[in-house]
Amino acid sequence: MDTALSTAPATATQQTRTISGSQAVCEAMVQEGVSTIFGYPGGAIMPIYDALYGYEDRLEHILVRHEQGGIHAAQGYARTSGRTGVVFATSGPGATNLVTGLADAMIDSTPLVCITGQVFAHLLGTDAFQETDVINITTPVTKWNYQITDAAEIPEILAKAFYIAGSGRPGPVLIDITKNAQLQLFEYQGYKPCHHIRSYRPKPVVRKAYVEEAARLINEAERPFVIFGQGVILGGAEQEFKAFIEKAGIPAAWTILGLSALPTDHPLNVGMLGMHGNYGPNVLTNECDVLIAVGMRFDDRVTGRLDKYAKQAKVIHLDIDPAEIDKNIKATVPVWGDCKETLPMLTALVQQKAYPKWLEKFKECTKSEDEAVFQGELHPTSDILTMGEVIDTLNQITHGNAVIVTDVGQHQMVACRYAKFNQSRSNVTSGGLGTMGFALPAAIGAKFGAPDREVVAVIGDGGFQMTLQELGTIMQSNVKVKIIILNNNFLGMVRQWQELFHERRYSSVDIQSPDFVALAAAYGISGQSVSERPNLKTALETMIDHDGAYLLEVMVGKENNVFPMVPQGCGVAEIRLK
Amino acid sequence: MKQEYTITVYTENQVGLLNRIAIMFSRRKINIESLNTSPSEVEGIHRFTIVINETEDVVRKLVRQIEKQVDVLKAYFNTNEEIVWQELALYKVPTDEIAEKVKVERLLREHGARAVVIRKDYTIFETSGHREETDKLISVLEPVGLIEFVRSARVAIIKESRGFHEKLKEFEETEPHPSTRENEYLDQGGNVFVM
Repeated sequence: MDTALSTAPATATQQTRTISGSQAVCEAMVQEGVSTIFGYPGGAIMPIYDALYGYEDRLEHILVRHEQGGIHAAQGYARTSGRTGVVFATSGPGATNLVTGLADAMIDSTPLVCITGQVFAHLLGTDAFQETDVINITTPVTKWNYQITDAAEIPEILAKAFYIAGSGRPGPVLIDITKNAQLQLFEYQGYKPCHHIRSYRPKPVVRKAYVEEAARLINEAERPFVIFGQGVILGGAEQEFKAFIEKAGIPAAWTILGLSALPTDHPLNVGMLGMHGNYGPNVLTNECDVLIAVGMRFDDRVTGRLDKYAKQAKVIHLDIDPAEIDKNIKATVPVWGDCKETLPMLTALVQQKAYPKWLEKFKECTKSEDEAVFQGELHPTSDILTMGEVIDTLNQITHGNAVIVTDVGQHQMVACRYAKFNQSRSNVTSGGLGTMGFALPAAIGAKFGAPDREVVAVIGDGGFQMTLQELGTIMQSNVKVKIIILNNNFLGMVRQWQELFHERRYSSVDIQSPDFVALAAAYGISGQSVSERPNLKTALETMIDHDGAYLLEVMVGKENNVFPMVPQGCGVAEIRLK
Repeated sequence: MKQEYTITVYTENQVGLLNRIAIMFSRRKINIESLNTSPSEVEGIHRFTIVINETEDVVRKLVRQIEKQVDVLKAYFNTNEEIVWQELALYKVPTDEIAEKVKVERLLREHGARAVVIRKDYTIFETSGHREETDKLISVLEPVGLIEFVRSARVAIIKESRGFHEKLKEFEETEPHPSTRENEYLDQGGNVFVM
């Protein structure tokens, strides 16, 4: 096993040497600066795992318990680190188990490179053992995919894969490598990173006229409103964004994936958009005169009914992806470009301003929401714990410095609504796809992506049971994640909809759970369960202080609802406070 | 209002790209009326010609999604007024019937057809044109025992196009030149700024 390869610089002058396709895969990983790989071995990817054995000192491989866990972990890694997550899986079921994660990463623009093994090229199309048509299965859920049947292609294709995954609007890339290509020896000429593909232009040329027109609209506005999404984080433009809203004095609200790009306590941060967002941002969307959307895609969970969305406003849309402009909401002024580039251009042209009266309106809305929602959620009068007070108590302990990873459902909405964040890349959740089972494996990856930070996974009793096998990964790799299960003994979000829209016909939402603490103990993970208020804070402190993984189950109210809510089919101004 | 649009897509010659493009239509439950892949005027660059019946709004969004694909260089959409197009059709008929009942000479002249193969048992005619034209020849040949008929996909040339050679040079630049206008759709100028 040749492990000395990567010490040589990757230059064109490098002498050629004979190596296997599998070694070339490992070499590409090293050259791309990959340190952690999440994966699961199997027949068709064995040569790559064999090569990996010789790269143990440079490539850390985390053995997961299921390929879906592997890809969600890679997503968590990418989200906290800002780097491309890497997954290895075998052919057939190994590859098809990646599909949910690919779809999740595609819709949430997460950069991933997935390597799947494939049967020998001569067996393609013969229904060979563990053969599936992975390329065609994954085409709609990948930014790019490619099948390699010749080892000589490996360096160039992997360089392309990393370039495509991480540039422009990021996304998942899958490379399927037949077993013969993994085994094949070829003349390796060094690794050349990819910086240009002629058919792919990730960064458009910014059209200055449009930035000027946007600035003119903003300068003339009386009630401007900024809404921002993950584009700010993906573009690494948090500072540029803050500088823009501070100079222009414009209140800003976030989508679920934009959360943490702007600190929670920033005076211009007016809260969360969308179905379970804050009252002010939803209602006032329909009162602003200029709506400035930054790196967000007007998802239906944000807009509600389109024909009742911001009809009075002129819309400025900043996005790197031309396909997003005019997709759902017609832009008055489209600003196509990387917001890291366009925001400073805009900041330079806007006037220093403040809108105290307009900001006051947001404060009035917060007051209404406080009376109708916050009080009951954060300071309940009954003995039964609420999800909101768990998050609120956690804030008091972590002071907004933790990475919060959430699953999907009521606990997700509550965590996003009430968790405090001081720094970017701290909120990891499955936004677009709404993948239950995302949080536990994503938290594992999030910890590898940000090893020095506290990572707290907040998960419902339903979602936890979808990927609980990853407790094994936490055990084996000693991943110091903190897990809070908010247990209401229901599939809470579905139950809420059944209560509100299906006459309380609770169809298949009454879910039984195992003894979660005993389950964790079986994996050597400490934990406890709390159901009483006086014990909550101590339990959370014990969890945070514990040196190692910890599982805290909190029994919360069975039939609590998440409010406010924009019911499906309603406009944002029709948001219900109860 | 729905109408016929011809989408022209310049792409790299890549295995699997046909599927990647085709599923963008099926995902939106849009029926592809006609699809042709062929080389283009530039060596190594492939050209898809796709015909669908849709509203302009749907077609515009779809074309932007197609253009976003990594292996796609450029996608255009045009109404029938903006293109010149042809379809090729082949007709197999029994030779004896044709010889007896049809004045072949008139047939060939009126429909721009030509005989590709003449055998004792059958003759194959070929013609090209718009759909109505190739359809018309079916109705002429059906009474004399049309055995087989097949029509190709539409191929189309955009009247205004200056070809892809110049465009490709822009794509091959590592850094786009400031004058490069990749986002042509913004050039509606006044229209975009209308409030």
